[in-house]
Amino acid sequence: MTELLQQVINGLALGAIYALIALGYTMVYGVLRFINFAHSDIFMVGAFSGYYLARFAPEASVAGGVFVLLGAMAICALLGVIIEKLAYRPLRGRSTLTALITAIGVSLLLQNLGQRIFGANPKSFPTLFPLHYFKFENGLVIASTQILVFVVTLVLLFALRHIVLKTRIGTAMRALSFNPVAASLVGINNDRVISFTFALGSALAAAGGILYASNYPSIDPLMGTLPGLKAFVAAVLGGIGNIAGAAVGGLVLGLVETAVVGLGGSTYRDAVAFAVLILILLLRPNGILGKRQSEKV
Amino acid sequence: MKSASLRVLAAVIAGAVLLASCSKSGGGGAASDSISIGEFASLTGKEAAFGQSSHKGTQLAIDELIAGGGLLGKKIEFVYEDNRSTPGESATIAKKLITRDKVVAILGEVASGRSLEAAPIAQASKVPMISPSSTNPKVTETGDYIFRVCFTDPFQGRLLAQFAKTTLKAQKVAIISDVAAPYSVGLAQFFREPFLAGGGQIVSEQKYTGGDKDFKAQLTAIKSTNPEAIMIPGYYTEAGLIVAQARQLGITVPMFGGDGWEAPELLQIAGPAALEGTYYSTHFSSENTDPLVQKFVAAYKAKYNGETPDAMAALGYDSAMLLADAIKRAGSTEGPKLRDALAATKDFPGATGATTLDAHRDASKSAVIITVKDGKFKYVETIAP
Repeated sequence: MTELLQQVINGLALGAIYALIALGYTMVYGVLRFINFAHSDIFMVGAFSGYYLARFAPEASVAGGVFVLLGAMAICALLGVIIEKLAYRPLRGRSTLTALITAIGVSLLLQNLGQRIFGANPKSFPTLFPLHYFKFENGLVIASTQILVFVVTLVLLFALRHIVLKTRIGTAMRALSFNPVAASLVGINNDRVISFTFALGSALAAAGGILYASNYPSIDPLMGTLPGLKAFVAAVLGGIGNIAGAAVGGLVLGLVETAVVGLGGSTYRDAVAFAVLILILLLRPNGILGKRQSEKV
Repeated sequence: MKSASLRVLAAVIAGAVLLASCSKSGGGGAASDSISIGEFASLTGKEAAFGQSSHKGTQLAIDELIAGGGLLGKKIEFVYEDNRSTPGESATIAKKLITRDKVVAILGEVASGRSLEAAPIAQASKVPMISPSSTNPKVTETGDYIFRVCFTDPFQGRLLAQFAKTTLKAQKVAIISDVAAPYSVGLAQFFREPFLAGGGQIVSEQKYTGGDKDFKAQLTAIKSTNPEAIMIPGYYTEAGLIVAQARQLGITVPMFGGDGWEAPELLQIAGPAALEGTYYSTHFSSENTDPLVQKFVAAYKAKYNGETPDAMAALGYDSAMLLADAIKRAGSTEGPKLRDALAATKDFPGATGATTLDAHRDASKSAVIITVKDGKFKYVETIAP
């Protein structure tokens, strides 16, 4: 029983991180109908920003941790805006395939620049937040970093919902997602809204990077690839473009993976994650929470 | 049309010939006045700590050889390449070292999986290859041109089984191994057999894939079987994370592994507190008072700003020195003669102790057990072969 509970906690903690990364994917897709494959590398830049910012903050303190988290989010927001301006904006209006290939190009550029600048060797990530283990009578253990992931994911999830549904810029984002031409006709500055969307998505990726590195404290420039792909699966699983769906998809994926490993199939862990993607695409192409859409003509 | 494409083809061939002739000046085999020695190593990437240490040791040996006036009255040229700790690079590098740089022998590498990629190339070209620290038996089984200066995993597995039983007094052991690394799979297997034969019990066997970061699911499954010790026959990157996550889950039993743990990065990744009560077997301890060891330690510290050499550095050093010794004895750098001289190596005095190469071209030598105490690696005991 304890083992099962512990595995559920392990799975939820892993899933919460996938969910956090998936939020950024899904939001950019929701607004622009564009999958930003560089997202997983912005996640990596977020972790490295945290690594360097941590030198200016007291170790293992709440204030220091929040400072590093916000700092990395700001750096990545800026990076997201720059990438959008240099790589994606000149291609706006071209086919989605062009944008997709460009995103893969940006992803490779960031990975290789990362190896050049940060070095290719894994670095050990410092302890940002106070580390404490809550141990229960029956042997159950929950780490403070695991709880932190839950809290941050929830807070960012609701903040994102609030921004998208309740604010002026959120209304503009939704308008743009419905019809970019009509949006610009009613006076929305499309460029600014898109920049903002990328800033927001990249900040989420940075938060994911910091929390991932806090839980698994070994970072390298290629660290984003696999969690990024998993988060993409999570986003599709929950219904891409749907914010709550990303969270649900992430948690489901985390639980499935942990169950596979717990049952002794650890070598099939990634295979099962991607088999889930194929199954979802076959059975429910719009995802768990996705709405059935009719193609506009 | 046809003549145009022919002309292009001719130009390409001419260019290729030109490039090939420019690319290497010191080549040309026996007639040249220099001896090229090649090395491939994991200088960057996942196992970079190994590659860097090993390379530094090799570099020190080469520098000493050059300062000593070269070999057989010829200059020494040292060519080294990085395989970035990724599969699929080492065979290409071995080919390049042999065909373009015309090396007389190849030194490399630490990880058995990548040594296994390069070994068939060296064997086919009859260029001797010496692995400094690949412990998987398959490496030298590739052929009679492949040697190593370290002990093998059957020996290491046997001694770990003995260590678990006599020193740790553990009867129930759990294993978590890396299915993507021949080293890890092999070491787990060579531990299992003698341990079971000695009456031990393996209560859980979990697996992971190199590069994984989350091991909590496997460790939770291990925890529920109540082992008295956990064997982690992997490399330091994952071993560090596994130890840290095991302690997070409240697993307090001793954990141990092989020479794949030997890197200062282990301390940074796992944290000193989590590593208390962990042990690993390796080839060398800088605390050894043997004058040869101390001479090597002093030379290494002098060259690398006071850095203390680890086992990989010592083996990297020994691999180059053993090669130089064989070249001197052979009086030639021709593949077959050099091979025979290498195979005849007996009681070669190195930084990791006296090295004798046996009929399988493996070194038989003693191992040391190291533990972590107060955030520092500490010597425990030496186990003879």
